[in-house]
Amino acid sequence: MHELSIVASLFEILEEKAREQKAQKIVSVKLKVGALSGVVPEFLKTAFDIYKKDTIASTAELEIEEVPLKVQCQKCGAEITKDDFIFICEKCASRELKTLAGTELLLEKIELEL
Amino acid sequence: MEKKEILVLEELLGSNKKIAAEIRQKLEEKGILTINLLSSPGAGKTTLLEKTAEKLKTDYKMAVIEGDIETERDAERIRAKGIPAWQIITGGACHLEAKMVGKLFPEIPADLDFLFIENVGNLVCPASYDLGENIRCVLLSTPEGDDKPKKYPKAFTTSDCLIITKSDLIPVLPFDLERARKEALEVNPDLKIFLTSAVSGAGINEWIEHLVSALHELRQKNA
Repeated sequence: MHELSIVASLFEILEEKAREQKAQKIVSVKLKVGALSGVVPEFLKTAFDIYKKDTIASTAELEIEEVPLKVQCQKCGAEITKDDFIFICEKCASRELKTLAGTELLLEKIELEL
Repeated sequence: MEKKEILVLEELLGSNKKIAAEIRQKLEEKGILTINLLSSPGAGKTTLLEKTAEKLKTDYKMAVIEGDIETERDAERIRAKGIPAWQIITGGACHLEAKMVGKLFPEIPADLDFLFIENVGNLVCPASYDLGENIRCVLLSTPEGDDKPKKYPKAFTTSDCLIITKSDLIPVLPFDLERARKEALEVNPDLKIFLTSAVSGAGINEWIEHLVSALHELRQKNA
């Protein structure tokens, strides 16, 4: 359960962006959370709702896009979206896979009220 | 009221990553190899460090940063081996962050060879935080069961080494060593696996040899 620490890092960025833009408040926040990010989106939402009170984002909505693990085989070139974490190519059984997506923990965009 | 949408595209753990990169660079410049140990509570991180200290301390200088939610006990165990140790008490936090390691930086002797960081016992949260290490090791003790790599993939995919501990217990446990190895390599084909027992001493020498060769590699890169 390190979601609260992650939300604390999120708010550092949010407050910095709001200052830069001279915003009155933050209306919405959109995150991208990879399947292999080590974070549970549901807990992130709960932590966000606890943390946002008395901040510039006190009424903000949090949207989370869950990103599946996507890999590319370096031998046969196949691009595979995985629902497990087995790093073996399903087409040619190679173990040389490059991760294309699914490890991210990203603040994608925010909507502000100026 | 004017509304405005801005694209940010910033990593949530970006500030941790940045601090970790600075720590790694400073330690590498001093020729210090840093190892971050991850595992569930009771897997044997402190015991492995005690055994490592016994083998390393005649020829090398090492120090240990201990992370725990409460108590100074692990640091005391390491100090009893004649090794400098600092205890970070997180007071509830389930993992160490780079800034906690950064705060200790002024106290770390410049002439060290190895700096070990023993993370808070937890197979989930510590996996998300780079601490500036060169090598990340995950420990799996045989009583925990052979199914952990699949259940906690992040700890295994982000590690360089897997140290299976308490191997002396395998004869009395339903622990399938081949399954553990196979599934660990499925989530991370690059994992270097060590099978160790602090009781019999099995596998400890291979672990020490790996550390020493990684230290030489780091110093050659610096030279």
